[in-house]
Amino acid sequence: MPSSDKKQWQRETLDPAVKRFPERRENFQTDSGLTIDPLYSPENLQAPGLDYDYNRDLGYPGEFPYTRGVQPNTYRGRVWTMRQYSGYGTAAETNARFRYLLDQGQTGLSIAFDLPTQIGYDSDHLLAKGEVGKVGVPICSLADMETLFEGIPMDKVSTSMTINATASLLLCFYIVAARKQGVSQDQISGTVQNDILKEYIARGTYAYPPRPSMRLVVDIFKYCAENVPKWNTISISGYHMREAGATAVQELAFTFSNAIAYVQAALDAGLKIDDFGPRLSFFFVAQNNLFEEVAKFRAARRMWARIMKDRFGAKDPRSMMLRFHTQTAGVTLTAQQTDNNLIRCTVQALSAILGGSQSLHVNSRDEALALPSEDSVQLSLRTQQILAFESGAADVVDPLGGSYYVESLTNELEAKALEYIRRIDDLGGSVAAIEQGFQVREIGDAAYQHRQEVESGDRTIVGVNRFTTEEPPIEGLMRVDEAAARTQVERLEQLRRERDDSKVKSALERLKQVAQTEENTVPAILECVENYCTLGEVCEVLRGVFGEQEGAISF
Amino acid sequence: MQDRNRPIRVLVAKPGLDGHDRGAKVIARALRDAGMEVIYTGIRQSPQMITQAASQEDVDVIGLSILSGAHLEILPEIMSLMREQGMEDVIVVVGGIIPEVDRQPLKDLGISEVFGPGTSTGEIVEYIRESAKDRAGA
Repeated sequence: MPSSDKKQWQRETLDPAVKRFPERRENFQTDSGLTIDPLYSPENLQAPGLDYDYNRDLGYPGEFPYTRGVQPNTYRGRVWTMRQYSGYGTAAETNARFRYLLDQGQTGLSIAFDLPTQIGYDSDHLLAKGEVGKVGVPICSLADMETLFEGIPMDKVSTSMTINATASLLLCFYIVAARKQGVSQDQISGTVQNDILKEYIARGTYAYPPRPSMRLVVDIFKYCAENVPKWNTISISGYHMREAGATAVQELAFTFSNAIAYVQAALDAGLKIDDFGPRLSFFFVAQNNLFEEVAKFRAARRMWARIMKDRFGAKDPRSMMLRFHTQTAGVTLTAQQTDNNLIRCTVQALSAILGGSQSLHVNSRDEALALPSEDSVQLSLRTQQILAFESGAADVVDPLGGSYYVESLTNELEAKALEYIRRIDDLGGSVAAIEQGFQVREIGDAAYQHRQEVESGDRTIVGVNRFTTEEPPIEGLMRVDEAAARTQVERLEQLRRERDDSKVKSALERLKQVAQTEENTVPAILECVENYCTLGEVCEVLRGVFGEQEGAISF
Repeated sequence: MQDRNRPIRVLVAKPGLDGHDRGAKVIARALRDAGMEVIYTGIRQSPQMITQAASQEDVDVIGLSILSGAHLEILPEIMSLMREQGMEDVIVVVGGIIPEVDRQPLKDLGISEVFGPGTSTGEIVEYIRESAKDRAGA
């Protein structure tokens, strides 16, 4: 007789079988520590207290609460934007890489800046020593941005910039470089990451303390709402916090508590929710646990729709639609048996597609050791193209919707993340929690636990703690030419000789005055950029007014 | 003089502008759990800040973590400051994204060991315990 419910099946069929053949592990858990039942069935969704309601909790794609997607037909119209993050050496070298990627069928650009550019130091600053052109391209002035986009039509390509503390400055470089191509600011499209809060929690490219930094973030919201309508003014990022060790639950919770802080700051500055809400975008990781990740993306859409509607009273549906970029997980790349990373990246990228991501970067197999070689980047792009055009995964909306397992995980991740957000609300919100070191501690604990699981062998990493082999060091790694930094410094010196110093001085003076008031800083920064003030000069003015952020030393 | 019974003291530091400190913090915790006294400097430390902290804290070992590729510019400066200040007996180990070809040049500078990606914390704890024991003359 077949079982009439799951309990009976468990008692009469499953338990005797497990007794004869014990399971591989005592407990099965997702990467975030959620317990996994051996089987999911309608009971998991209909249990008392869960009160599962299709129309309320899932609905149809393109409609509130957008659990199944923000576009009615997701990838059937246009597949996601394939956007490989790149930048190194000099603006000229990176320009060549960009053109290569566009030639290979990439559909958007994503700029990696070097650390001095991200933190606000010119390439010849003492602290920039050894860092120029290493993890990204150095952009010290308008002249560098013009070189970066030479021959690339800025009205046709959308550009994402991973830039935070210096976001408004790089946006101004972009606006003026486009203008020089004859493209006005209402024609350009792209994204600045502009998510400073997660820099204090993970990643670390902050410059000023959190509170004045929040003002710079809101200045961008304001300026773009009025002048750059197609620009995504922020990409609120869970990626780096997850890379630093957060669980999927923490990734959701900390991203949305940061998002809540930005929205509140903008409202406090007098902006209207539906004026800036539609331009907020997000950035998540695609990690290893396929089903948990798909559930995470779906939970994220539902959470954001409800936060915007219920918490902030948004009326425009576009304010409630969670649009996000995804990148595969850098921390899962291994230095051992590097070709295995191709497979990891493929599974991770699949989760982003099944989760309905708007754009995607697939990491490269050699990135545990160096910046990716051109061959490796091409494979990453081909991975995306195979998923898009061969796998069939892009031909239907939300393919895993209705899976008892994925729906259960979606519910569970949402509930646990909301609980965390309440804790952060109780601490006084995200900024206050950051000042108390809350998120950093929580993430540090999770990272250490993960490490212990790897070392005890409880968590398998193929090629690292199981299935290991002896192998020769890998050849053909990318290396940034040391001459690049010298070229960059020479360019900068030439710029300083050739520009009009009196205009530079007066633009910087004007910025200083504006920074001391509550006036929007973006127009004053634009004026600095137009007059070829350097990144370091602008940031020095702002450091003088806002102060500098100290690093935390707890671990 | 070293007191052989006191715990090994380690300074974990992040030189340069790199903000990726997951590895540094995990290693700091693992060393602490192994009974060592650990001081973490936080990110964005200059060579001067690191050698000063190491000298003030009287550490046996400095563990440097660097993932940005700036190691060949930054590490020689730290090593030469240490020589100037008579700190040659402090053991220096490095971890992070360090290409294989850079390993020997770094060792030639006086760096005791370079730990690449995928090294277990167990290996690092063991290495430090053994080499700091030599330093204390035990």
